Amino acid sequence: MTSDHVATSDHAADIDRHVRVYITVFVSLMALTIITVAISYLHLPLPLAVTAALLVATVKGSLVACYFMHLISEKKLIYAVLGLTAVFFVVLLALPVVTVHNGYWIH
Amino acid sequence: MDIPYTVEVRRDTGLTNGKIGIWLFLASEVMLFGALFASYILIRTGAPSWPRGATILNVPLATFNTIVLISSSVTMVMAWASLMRRRFGTFRIYMAATILLGFVFLVVKYFEYSHKFENGLYPSTNNFLAIYFTLTGLHMLHVFGGMMVNAYFLGPGSKQWKTNPEWFTNRVEHSGLFWHFVDLVWIFLFPTLYLL
Repeated sequence: MTSDHVATSDHAADIDRHVRVYITVFVSLMALTIITVAISYLHLPLPLAVTAALLVATVKGSLVACYFMHLISEKKLIYAVLGLTAVFFVVLLALPVVTVHNGYWIH
Repeated sequence: MDIPYTVEVRRDTGLTNGKIGIWLFLASEVMLFGALFASYILIRTGAPSWPRGATILNVPLATFNTIVLISSSVTMVMAWASLMRRRFGTFRIYMAATILLGFVFLVVKYFEYSHKFENGLYPSTNNFLAIYFTLTGLHMLHVFGGMMVNAYFLGPGSKQWKTNPEWFTNRVEHSGLFWHFVDLVWIFLFPTLYLL
């Protein structure tokens, strides 16, 4: 097969649709980056600033994962792997919270 | 012996082995960066005072780098889409752009780091700088690693396109998944370190 191979019209149309989505996501990510920086110049109280920054970052991260990494149309096994990872990730992030509130790793 | 299930999907998983492999690797990467983020939370919440990143770090430069890395994610996915369209020439342009943007990211980080060192700001200076250099340093290593893999697929590895284009396309997709993950990590690092 060569680089001049002509893809079928259905397949080509499908890829074209994907490319349009990538460009839309790219524009959204740029807009959200500007919003993130703009929010930081508002000098909000720290809890509010953290919430806003992480909320925007989560939206941006979800766009990258869903569309650039194609997670929006992935197989069940990948979701299972990521679901298990998410559980361990939350436990990992929760450990410092437990420490701060109780003063011990295990209470 | 040939590596099995590089192009055809396994019946039991519905996936190629490479796809499962890269996602398992990314899962381990989530835990690696997760451990460092957890350390950051622990150190910050336990500190009597903590500087706002913007008072020490260069926000405009980091914003520029964010735009660069997001753009590189787009060129990476367009490189893969070009292969899906069987346009190898276009793939080469997008892949070269991805590597170039990764290089720009690293150059900007070099200037950021240099400026810190010139002002006597080192990882040993305080906890904020320690976590800043650790997280961004590890992230830079990932950018460099991704660039090396992408350079291989642009250079010597691209010979596979002539012999097994489907496998080559899958390999570029997996390389792209890693690159997008690196972008995703920066999306969280940027506000956490520079803006809060």
